Amino acid sequence: MKSSRRKFIKLAAVSAMGIGAARLGFLGDAPALAGDLPTATNFEEGLKAKHWGMAVFSAKFTPELIAKCRTACHTEHNVPDIAGQKEIKWFWGASYEESFPTEHGHYMAEKVEHRQFPLLCNQCEAPMCVKVCPTQATFQRPDGIVMMDFHRCIGCRYCMAGCPFGARSFNFQDPRPFIKEFNPLFPTRMRGVVEKCNFCAERLAIGKLPVCVEAAEGALVFGDLSDEQSDIRKALRENFAIRRKPDAGTSPSVYYIL
Amino acid sequence: MYNAKYIIPGILFFLALAFVPVIYNQGHVFEVKPELPKDQKECVLPTTEMRDKHMQLLNEWRNEAVRDGSRIFINAKGQKYVKSLTNTCMSCHPDKTKFCDRCHETVGVAPYCWDCHNLSPNQKSPIPPVASAAAGGH
Repeated sequence: MKSSRRKFIKLAAVSAMGIGAARLGFLGDAPALAGDLPTATNFEEGLKAKHWGMAVFSAKFTPELIAKCRTACHTEHNVPDIAGQKEIKWFWGASYEESFPTEHGHYMAEKVEHRQFPLLCNQCEAPMCVKVCPTQATFQRPDGIVMMDFHRCIGCRYCMAGCPFGARSFNFQDPRPFIKEFNPLFPTRMRGVVEKCNFCAERLAIGKLPVCVEAAEGALVFGDLSDEQSDIRKALRENFAIRRKPDAGTSPSVYYIL
Repeated sequence: MYNAKYIIPGILFFLALAFVPVIYNQGHVFEVKPELPKDQKECVLPTTEMRDKHMQLLNEWRNEAVRDGSRIFINAKGQKYVKSLTNTCMSCHPDKTKFCDRCHETVGVAPYCWDCHNLSPNQKSPIPPVASAAAGGH
């Protein structure tokens, strides 16, 4: 019938206009940003937990895998590549003896004795660095992450003296000339500032897991220690795990499964 | 008055010296024209507010983002922005020398943002080191 055809065309025209108008909606929105810049929507999908922690399947780690995780971390965070005593490290590897000096394993299983362990800031529950920081540049977030506010750091290095794990590095010089792989989305540091692993707080905020966890392909488990159903609690329930230097009393949130 | 022949010329000389900047700048219009983005009409806040208070806003942003983990800024119109100097501000104002520096150099301030923060989210390599005096002596 003629009239129904007219109606159909009218309806089609109106819907087409509607779709067109809907697509113009971006005019009132935040600017469309270049490439893979995180948007406000990404930040709304941030991961949340009561107590972030990490479990390390140390048997899966080879020096190569540690190097891979280290590169991923250091690239993400613009950590300078400096050899020697002025080294800056967020993620590194060490022997059993260096990693667990209080364990005193005399007659050890050879595979454990010769294993390299991946080390990073332990994100302690009772962090020494937070207690000693005179400017509260290092502070503990409600989700357990021990964070640094680089703006406030005065470079007194008390935190480096306080940390039982050597997880902190000091910028003795302008780090920028030593940054090999550069990530423009994350700031660099300046001379006279201490830095350390931040459990990828900037990635958790946009719903991504820490970059070392992604690079480790299952050898690192990241999750909420206060949630019984989480992957990390499952890993800790099923495997025997130790923490570094428990007698320092800082209660690390990084667990090593031997 | 004793010694008027010394004091009065002295006072006149002092006044002349004190007013040199005023006289020197008479007729000059104080005008700074930072280059505005061509594809964007409005900033996160109205222009006048940004002109007066961008430093306070950036300070609030940094404290809220770093310390409270609150990383989304919602302005009076309800638009959402990510609190980030490099990733938000510098996405629209990509050239620091044509935007930030034009005012900062005119009024003689040297903010130390760029000691750590990057100039733009598309930057290819870290900012090369500058002489410490040029960076404001930090």
